Parts: sequence; structure tokens; C-alpha cells
Amino acid sequence: MTSLPVDWLEKDRRKLRVDASAFSDKVYEALTAACALVVPALVIAIALSIFAAAWPAFAKLGLSIITTSNWDVSGGHFGAAPALFGTLVSSTVALIIATPLAIGVAIFLSEFSPSWLRQPVGFLVDLLAAIPSVVYGLWGIFVLIPLLRQHVMPFLRDTLHLGATPFFSGPAYGPSMLAAGVILAIMALPYISAVSREVLMAVPRSQREAALALGATRWEMIRDAVIPYARSGIIGGIMLGLGRALGETMAVTMVIGNRLEISASLLSPGYTMASLIANEFSEATNDLHLSALMAVGAILFIITLIVNAVARWLVWSVARRRAQ
Amino acid sequence: MIKTVRSIAVALSAAALLSGGVASAQSVDLTGAGATFPYPIYSKWFSDYAQSTGVKINYQSIGSGGGIRQLSEQTVDFGASDGPMSDQELAGAKGGPVLHFPTVMGAVVITYNVPGLNRPLNLTGDVIADIFAGKITKWNDAQIVAQNRGVALPNSDILVVHRSDGSGTTYIFSDYLTAVSPSWSSSLGKGKEIKWPVGLGGKGNEGVAGQVKQTPGSIGYVELAYAKQNSLPYANIRNAAGRYITPSIASVTAAAASMKLPKNTDYRISIANAPGKDSYPISSMTWILVYQNQPDRVKGTKLVSFLRWAYKDGEKTAAALDYAPLPPSMVAQLQNRLKTIRIADTRVGDAR
Repeated sequence: MTSLPVDWLEKDRRKLRVDASAFSDKVYEALTAACALVVPALVIAIALSIFAAAWPAFAKLGLSIITTSNWDVSGGHFGAAPALFGTLVSSTVALIIATPLAIGVAIFLSEFSPSWLRQPVGFLVDLLAAIPSVVYGLWGIFVLIPLLRQHVMPFLRDTLHLGATPFFSGPAYGPSMLAAGVILAIMALPYISAVSREVLMAVPRSQREAALALGATRWEMIRDAVIPYARSGIIGGIMLGLGRALGETMAVTMVIGNRLEISASLLSPGYTMASLIANEFSEATNDLHLSALMAVGAILFIITLIVNAVARWLVWSVARRRAQ
Repeated sequence: MIKTVRSIAVALSAAALLSGGVASAQSVDLTGAGATFPYPIYSKWFSDYAQSTGVKINYQSIGSGGGIRQLSEQTVDFGASDGPMSDQELAGAKGGPVLHFPTVMGAVVITYNVPGLNRPLNLTGDVIADIFAGKITKWNDAQIVAQNRGVALPNSDILVVHRSDGSGTTYIFSDYLTAVSPSWSSSLGKGKEIKWPVGLGGKGNEGVAGQVKQTPGSIGYVELAYAKQNSLPYANIRNAAGRYITPSIASVTAAAASMKLPKNTDYRISIANAPGKDSYPISSMTWILVYQNQPDRVKGTKLVSFLRWAYKDGEKTAAALDYAPLPPSMVAQLQNRLKTIRIADTRVGDAR
């Protein structure tokens, strides 16, 4: 007879515990939902305020902001085509340099590196992402630019005779699209390599063993069995690096030469949209000038949005092709 | 993942800013915002003034443009600018008439990198204008040689380096070129940003100086204080009286002293190309901007007391930080002018 109340008690306690955990679950759910909603809300709020501030310039100047090249504050002309051009070109140069390097690092670390070396090298590469961009800029001014001007640029232009092409012609001052591309490459590299390394390491062992069992060499194994498996992740990493390059401001401003001009030569100075805003915003008093700078910011926002969308699509389409 | 970390960092720094703002709002008596050029001397003044009177002033060196905008919106008690406000900007100020109070002066020097020079270059306004407009392109151009007899000038290209960021330094420099060169005045004009026809843009004085230091054949302009503190070479400039003047604190103060001011001047004056045989021509004032009508009695009184102190004691410390003090006669006039500030509808003088 005494056992029954104890059983009841036990039951009640169990029920109580279930209730309590259900309650804490709800609190937890609400909290995480709030966190999850705050971030998109912030993005939307930022987008709205930028577009609202940019509206007067879009209304008055229309698309001439990105289609014309005459940026003359006192004359009221705001054509930022050279900055748009510079943003796209410097980021492209950065990816051309950084992608093979970063994937090389990732392949070495995941496939060839002895385990004692993997940690320190991986750590040092990741550390590149932690260096403040103004430090990159200073390094650019005092180390990279003199190196480019005295050795790399003359070598490219004269020794390799690339000066005959429009892409490496003209005088070599130092600050240039090339300098910006190199700085951006170093800054984007850790993002690409970290993501690539993780996805390469996540490739199943069976994939490698199957390739080796068919008589593949190590290189064939990596090329035919590992990289295709990791491709979508690597593309995601490259797009992450591109996002970094598009938005970088300080380091680029310090090395690109800040010249609003479209030139085919990588040796000549250029400008980027982010630099244009950083340079002129603090001293802009005229309303149209301010609004035009906001419009440049809005266009940069749209470009990064497009890049992210393209990245998603690439990752998705590669993943789907593999599934078939 | 990195994005999440980033957004957390953004949220944290926003929180830090907010809490910082709340904390400082409680302990600060006056807030100001504006020009970066006088920031070193202003922060010394504010700290000296807090020590002697206990009045705390918070100044944000966000740039002249931001200073004018914040004053117009009445979010700060005073603004500061390296260029005077335009009539249009004055009309847009929401708190009524704005008074310009010059505080100290600065100068812009022409720095260059020409290997093998045995003494400073001599330059005139016309030549400088033509170099920065891209019309003179070689160092051994006849016009440069004519002013520098006995100096071996190389047959090399001139690389112009200018500021890429909007700045009071560019304003002072282009204000001078507008005053001395009709062709500059009609084509490029004056402003904090110029549509430069040639050259490279460097961010900040350090960006221009760094580029000039590294590139043989280059020429640029930086603030006198920056050039002195970094031992850059700079040119002697021919002034309105026809003499070549070395930029210095004394020659800048001389430029202001040589100006004949009209009786009811609003002090929105340029001292570029000033008369007077000792005047350095590329000089300019920097201003503190205040509303003539101060609606808050406590703040208004503190602001006027501070400006009075700045003219009496602050000016003495200017030279130590490489700013040129105002000439004594002008300081006396400005002390008088402080009395025109009305605090809560009563004059300062009446209130006492």
C-alpha cells in the first residue's frame, strides 16, 4: 500500500520535469529567434537608410552616376564609373592571384602536409585574416609599393615585354591597380584557403581509397576524386574572398593612387567605390555630394548582393550536378 | 560563420558606442565637432582648460564638413572648420546666425623629392599652379630654372601628388592658387576636393608625404606642422611683395597681421597671398563656429568663457604645437566680438 503514493510522487516529479524543460525550451526558442531576426532586420534597416539617403542623387542624376566618368564636386558632376571599374578590376586581379595560391595551400595542408606542420601553417595562414587593414596599407606603402616600382613593374613591363600590351604599359609610379590587387589578394587568401581546407578535409576517406585502388597516382587521386567532391565548397570560399575584396577600403585607399580614371594598364593608378566614400565623406557638406556618395554606397551594396547570389547559385548548381 | 562573428562584433561595438555616449553625456559640459587640422591644439586647450576651470569639453575631429553639418543640425554646441561656411550653409543653419571665430593659423608647404638639390627651391604661385594643373611637366622647365639660378635641376618628369580625401589642406592650397593664378581660378577653382587633372592621390598628409618621400621627381603639398615634425624639404614661395619667404610660424602670423580688415568683418577672410613683405602666402585661419543666439544659459556662458580663455591663454601655447598664433591686434578685436554673442536673450556684458 505504501508503494502507490511513492509511485504517484515519482510520476508527478517526472511530469514536473517535463513541464519545466518544455518551458525552458520555449524561452530558449524565443531568445534564439529574436537573435536570428535582429540580424536580418539590421541588414534591411541599413539598406533602407542607404537607399533613402541616396535617393536625391538617383532622382537628379539617374544612372549617370555609374555610366559617366566626370566626378567634379564643385561643378556638380558625379560620375563614378572609374570607381566602379576599379572595384571590379582590383577584386578580379586579387582573385586571379589569391585563388591558385589559396587552393595550393589548402591541398598541401589536407593531402601532403605531415601532421606536425599542418597546425602551425594553417594557423599562420588564418592569422592573415586577423591583421588590421590599416596595417596592410602601411605595409603596402613602405614595402610593397617600392618593391613593385623598382623590381616587379619594370620586370613585367620591360623584361617580359608585357609593356607591349595595354595591360602593363605606361610609367610605373608604384601606387596602382596592381598594388591594390596584390594587397587584396593577401587579404582574401586566408578566407579562401580556410574554407577550401575544411571542405578538402571533409572529403571521405573512401573516395581517396577508391581512386588509389584503381591505380591512380596521388595527384590523379586529388584531381579526379578529391577536388570534384569539394568543388562547391571551394567556390563558396572563393566568393567569400571576393566579398572581402569588394568591400575592403582602408588598405586599398592607401595603395591604389586614388585617381578617377579608367585605364587598361594595371600599372596606372585607379580608384574604388569604397575608397571614394572613405575619402570624401567626412568633408562633404553639399547635399548632392553627400547623396551621390550614398548612391555609390548603394551600388556597392547591390554588387555585393549580386556576388553573394551568384555564389549561392554556383554552390547549389555544382552540388546538384554531383547529386545526379 | 565569419559573417556571424562579424555581425556579433558589429552589435557589440554598437552597444559599446551607445554606453560610451551615455556615460560621456553625463560628465561633459560642452560638445563640439569638426576640423581635424586644429585637433592637436584644441585637445591641448580643452585639457588645459579642464584643469584650470573644471569645465569639460568633448571634441570630435570628424572633419570640417561634419562639423558644419552637426552645428547646422544643432547636435553640437560649437563647430570647427578649416574653410569658412558659404552663404548657403549659413542660411541653412537651424539655430540662426552663425559667428566665425578664427582661433589659430596654419600654412601649407610645397614639399618635393628632387635628388641632388643643394638648397631649397624657390617657387612662384604661377609656376605652382602650372605644375599642379599639368602644364609644367619637367623639372628643368625654363620657368622653374629662372627662379633657381645655380641649382642643378634634372631633366625628369614631375609627378604631382595631391590629397585624395576632402580636406582643409586642399582648401587652403587651392584658395591660394585661385588668388594668384587667373587660369587656375577659371578652370579648377578652390574647394576641399579638386578635380585634379594630373597626378596621384594620397590619403592624409602622411599619404602625400609618404608618396613624395619614396618617388624621385615628385612634388606635393602638406601642412607646415606635418612637414616640420617630419623634417620634409619645402620650397620658399614668392609673396605678393615679391620676396621668397620660408614657411614658418612667424611668417604665417605676419600674413594675418598684414591684412587690413574692414570694420564690421565677419572674419570669413582669406589670408592667401597676403600683402606685407614678411608674409608667407599659402596661409589660412581655422575657425570655431558658434551660434550668435545661445538658447541655453549655462552652456552659452561656458562657451563664451572658454573662447575668452582661448584668446587670452590658449594662443600662447599654439606655437609649441606648430600652429601660428593670431596677431595680438586681431585677438583684441575678437575678444570684443565675443560680447556680441547673446545668451538667452541677454548680452554677456548685461548679465554681469
